[in-house]
Amino acid sequence: MSKNNKGELPLYEVFIRSKNGLDHKHVGSLHAADAEMALMAARDVYTRRGEGVSIWVVKSTDIVASSPEDRGSFYDPADDKLYRHPTFFELPDEVGHL
Amino acid sequence: MGVVDREFEKLEAAFQAKVEAEQRIEPKDWMPEKYRQTLIRQMSQHAHSEVVGMLPEGNWLTRAPSLKRKAILMAKIQDEGGHGLYLYSATETLGISRDQMFDQLHSGKAKYSSIFNYPTLNWADIGAIGWLVDGAAITNQIALCRCSYGPYARAMIRICKEESFHQRQGYEIMMTMAQGTEEQRDMAQDALNRWWWPTLMMFGPNDSNSAHSAQSMQWKIKRQSNDELRQKFVDATVPQAEFLNLRIPDDQLKWNEDRGHYDFGEIDWEEFRNVVKGNGLCNRERLQARVDAHEGGRWVREAALAHARKQEARKAAAAA
Ligand SMILES: [Fe+2]
Ligand SMILES: [Fe+2]
Repeated sequence: MSKNNKGELPLYEVFIRSKNGLDHKHVGSLHAADAEMALMAARDVYTRRGEGVSIWVVKSTDIVASSPEDRGSFYDPADDKLYRHPTFFELPDEVGHL
Repeated sequence: MGVVDREFEKLEAAFQAKVEAEQRIEPKDWMPEKYRQTLIRQMSQHAHSEVVGMLPEGNWLTRAPSLKRKAILMAKIQDEGGHGLYLYSATETLGISRDQMFDQLHSGKAKYSSIFNYPTLNWADIGAIGWLVDGAAITNQIALCRCSYGPYARAMIRICKEESFHQRQGYEIMMTMAQGTEEQRDMAQDALNRWWWPTLMMFGPNDSNSAHSAQSMQWKIKRQSNDELRQKFVDATVPQAEFLNLRIPDDQLKWNEDRGHYDFGEIDWEEFRNVVKGNGLCNRERLQARVDAHEGGRWVREAALAHARKQEARKAAAAA
């Protein structure tokens, strides 16, 4: 995205698992020369108080993202399948919790 | 009205509706160009403030009175560097590069909080900065946790979690000194005298003179006005000063029963404008220190990149 970034270190996105049992979550980004340096910097920048047990770093340019403009049509196929939701099915109260 | 104008108005109305519904705006969403520019200006200035803010405190790293105080101060300063990095990274999502932001800071085009252009003269200044300057920053930043721009709001939440340690360590220094010898008490009072008014200036001009405020409030970039936040800070801080048995240097400071707030004196706006313009006691020194640090680190960045390229090439050769 940035233009005049000659010599700027590449941008990495940082994902952190805060504790076992939870997913990795995006926390921000940082600049580093390579993945190894990115991991160390991520530790220093994003986990100074034991915020993580596992870190992923990914080069920002390697991330493929959907675009918000086609939010409508992109998610269309899901919209007409209301039967995917449990509330679609009407059952008598006598059946109890189901 | 042309088709393009009408299309733009529709987009803008949808954007405003989203903001009003308290939905967050994310980097790839459509946003008015002025919203983007306002955020870039405000967020990069905020990032610069965190980074330049390390300098006045860094002045006392080698002179802290004990190893414990030194270690704590080091951790605090490291946090501020971290805050700068969270904010630079959040600002980059708006399409400006890190280097562009550094250029703007180093050329003097971008501003940072004027508070960091004041010198730190005695050890109690470190206490006063943590207590007052970080306290004012927290007041501002708590309001920003609900900012309409997602990455900014998330960075603020992360930062606020770390700030309370900063304010508490500062207050503890003040407490220790205020209860210490006569000389230590005087140092604490002297620090409060010098930092009080510049701290109140951190909230910016009065609402009646604040150029960008109305639009920023409408966009929910700002959630509370400068004067509201300043009042909040004064109300919270006066009892803390009383507990320390220190005197806030303002003859007009008085509890107003009707308003349910403290009344306080007028800020010297001439001084504020002068420091913002670059004529504060340390403006030149601070900027030079940043430029030197950036230039001094150049060979490290270049070496790291060269190393990465070499590793890359080696890997490719081994795979071939
Ligand atoms: Fe900070
Ligand atoms: Fe802080």
